[in-house]
Amino acid sequence: MRSFVFPEFEIIRDEERCGSCRGCERQCALGTHAYDPVADRLVSDDRKCAGCQRCVIFCPQKAIVVRPSPSFYRPNASWSREKIEDLKRQAETGGVLLTGCGSDKPFRIYWDHILLNASQVTNPSIDPLREPMELRTFLGRKPEMLEISREGKEVEIKTELYPNLTVETPILFSAMSFGAISYNAFKSLATAACRSGTYFNTGEGGLPREMRGEFGRCAIVQVASGRFGIDAEYLNVAQAVEIKVGQGAKPGIGGHLPGEKVSAAVAETRMIPQGTDAISPAPHHDIYSIEDLSTLITALKEATNYEKPISVKIAAVHNFAAIASGIVRAGADIIAIDGLRGGTGAAPKAIRDNVGIPTELAISSLDRRLREEGIRNRSSIIAAGGFRSSSDVIKAIALGADAVYIGSAALIAMGCTLCQKCYTGNCNWGICTQNPRLSGRLNVEIASQRLSNLISAWSHEIREMLGGMGINALESLRGNRDHLRGVGLYEWELDVLGIKGAGE
Amino acid sequence: MDRKRRSRRELYTKEICACSIFGAMNREGDRFTGEGVMKAIASMRVRGNGLGGGFAAYGIYPDHRDLYAFHLMFTGPTDPARRAAKQELEAFLARKFDVYFDEEIPTDDSVFVRDPPLLWRYFVLPRKEGEDAEMTEEEYIVREIMAVNSKIENAYVFSSGKNMGCFKGVAYPEEIGEYFMLDRLYRGHTWTVHGRFPTNTQAWWGGAHPFGLLDTTVVHNGEVSSYGTNRWYLEMYGYACTLQTDTEVIAYAADLLMRRQKLPIEIVAKILAPPIWAAIDRMDEKEKRLMTALRMTYGPLLMNGPFAVIIGETGRMIGLTDRIRLRPLTAATRGEIFYISSEEASIRLISPHLDRVWTPRGGEPVIAEMKGYEKGSEESYEKGSEKSYERIC
Repeated sequence: MRSFVFPEFEIIRDEERCGSCRGCERQCALGTHAYDPVADRLVSDDRKCAGCQRCVIFCPQKAIVVRPSPSFYRPNASWSREKIEDLKRQAETGGVLLTGCGSDKPFRIYWDHILLNASQVTNPSIDPLREPMELRTFLGRKPEMLEISREGKEVEIKTELYPNLTVETPILFSAMSFGAISYNAFKSLATAACRSGTYFNTGEGGLPREMRGEFGRCAIVQVASGRFGIDAEYLNVAQAVEIKVGQGAKPGIGGHLPGEKVSAAVAETRMIPQGTDAISPAPHHDIYSIEDLSTLITALKEATNYEKPISVKIAAVHNFAAIASGIVRAGADIIAIDGLRGGTGAAPKAIRDNVGIPTELAISSLDRRLREEGIRNRSSIIAAGGFRSSSDVIKAIALGADAVYIGSAALIAMGCTLCQKCYTGNCNWGICTQNPRLSGRLNVEIASQRLSNLISAWSHEIREMLGGMGINALESLRGNRDHLRGVGLYEWELDVLGIKGAGE
Repeated sequence: MDRKRRSRRELYTKEICACSIFGAMNREGDRFTGEGVMKAIASMRVRGNGLGGGFAAYGIYPDHRDLYAFHLMFTGPTDPARRAAKQELEAFLARKFDVYFDEEIPTDDSVFVRDPPLLWRYFVLPRKEGEDAEMTEEEYIVREIMAVNSKIENAYVFSSGKNMGCFKGVAYPEEIGEYFMLDRLYRGHTWTVHGRFPTNTQAWWGGAHPFGLLDTTVVHNGEVSSYGTNRWYLEMYGYACTLQTDTEVIAYAADLLMRRQKLPIEIVAKILAPPIWAAIDRMDEKEKRLMTALRMTYGPLLMNGPFAVIIGETGRMIGLTDRIRLRPLTAATRGEIFYISSEEASIRLISPHLDRVWTPRGGEPVIAEMKGYEKGSEESYEKGSEKSYERIC
């Protein structure tokens, strides 16, 4: 059937500059560029282009420009180009529209409407270049109080402490499974996490055996509804176990890894036959209620000898704060809350763009709810879903998060351009693919260095902003909404965020 | 509706102030008038601006030593409003306490102070009935004070210990001293004083220092940048932060940690002003474990930003600065008298010849104790001596 959809992008090649080296042809796994030997020139098929910009960056002559195609339908406020084309695609295929990455829709980004405080006169700002500025964070349950005994100068803690994760900066890598992303991308995240004093999350695809010894010490392993790749060793080499109930990009449905991406290595790690679709059920079929979740939490604690914090990851949906409170009472040591703009390797577009609530509002609601119930110390909050910069992170902390998960930001650091074609398995940047020719493009040394640099840069910026506020330890900013002000927000939004308007 | 919205938006208006603080204790327990401390605090007049001053005096009510002395402030805009608040408060007291004696707090009306509220004191014992019978007296009193301060409009309990009292208001501290006639009517063994420099103009009587809960009082110089964090943590334990100042959170933190959780002051100092991680990482395993556990558990009570405080208790006076020492504090002794002050000069003014003068390090408490002081199971003190805390383990 002939497609009635415009090409999304337009490829412009400067014939003067092009040396016909065929580099673009090799770079593009989508087959956009082809060499015409008769004319001795390269030709491009706009229809195949995903707009990932790989060929543009790698063209030695800088001869290529890829830009959104200027073609248009008659302008119509209701029927945007996107709506028309999505409809046409469905008329042509009869299927669910898939997409990748986090929602790109213009829901209000609250980070951009929140401003930070700084000290003036009555309270000195602190210079992070000259004074200690502490970001160390503990994730897990904290006791209500410490009971100590003292004999002379000998002090003993009598209270039993709960296992906690220690991070040197409040930024962790979000769950991205081996299978969804390439082995090299997965290993880059692990390498960077270990090097930067933080943790990576294996996602639901297991942890390859040969990585367990070296990277278990900075791994959070996931237990999702598909139960892929789980064995006793997997649970015990990690520092924390996360039960994945939901994901911000697709609340209410499970992960979906197409068989094309299930290579021999992925199959072995996930413990499934090669080439089969790895489809996680929408719910955990052993969790139909909060008491079932409690049972699984306890089972995992038993399996790990009560030595590791158990995290429960849920998507931020309408009534999530009450649910999260139940999850804390069910024994979760960490609540990971994933908002509307959280990323994904593959999700139905209708769900990604229409289900869930923004992370910013979710953090504040959850923190307040747990405080009001007097159980905030029983669980840490890791926020996920659309963190783009250090200032987003520090605002999340002030709204009540203990730490954040970054997913898209980490992928961008490795080269991702958010082209949203992750589900095709043809990632030209070698990140979201199992094609060895493509994944080989990602050099673990270089990619992990880029990730570590990102963590280092953001941590430095957080220290600068923290010092400006006259605070020298991150724990003194946690839930400290006094240091935030809103601009351009409605009253109800300020109420939910729990912050004053600017100038108030 | 309005009230509800305020709590959701956390629309507290925090008062910011710089200050002078001074404390004196006779470690033998001999009592003296407020004259000396009034003179000392007056010498630091430049550190205040006349918008707040106050005193905490211990040992002043020996005739009622077994009764809790509640000092009340009724702050309505008109006299009938104040009387109405008083009536409401007294109805409340009648339900919850046995009131043995009450009177207006005597004042010298020839001293000019701005908008004085109606000031009254009640000597009471708690009457715990029904389910409350299980509670300790102190828990009960703290709960009821929180109820008064957050629910009865225009009524504030600003002092609630046994055989001690706070006196405070909007004026220079020496004027407050004269207004309450502290140099003539009262003799105490321990005095702490505060002169205030708030940077906003809405000074009100309830916002002056000291802040007290039971017999613990706090005078404070500084601004707590971690206020929002400290506040929510304390609210989880039932403390209603209604008085709009940083000092209140320090007083409640001290109450939570020292009275309710029975932690020794050396440990409490390490919670409010902990060592930096770089220092903790260099400690031996045992101490490292303790400090890590403290910071992990009590991170939300770290008082960040500049502060110097004097915490008063019956028989004990503690001076503490923030961990990077952004506000001044000096300690000195002369015979059995122990001084803590923002400035050495004010100590020298009333006691020119001192046995010892020193500046405590950031985050390290100075502790003055009265002879025979004992509280809970803390045993290791050399009675009646000063010490500058070094290492616990």
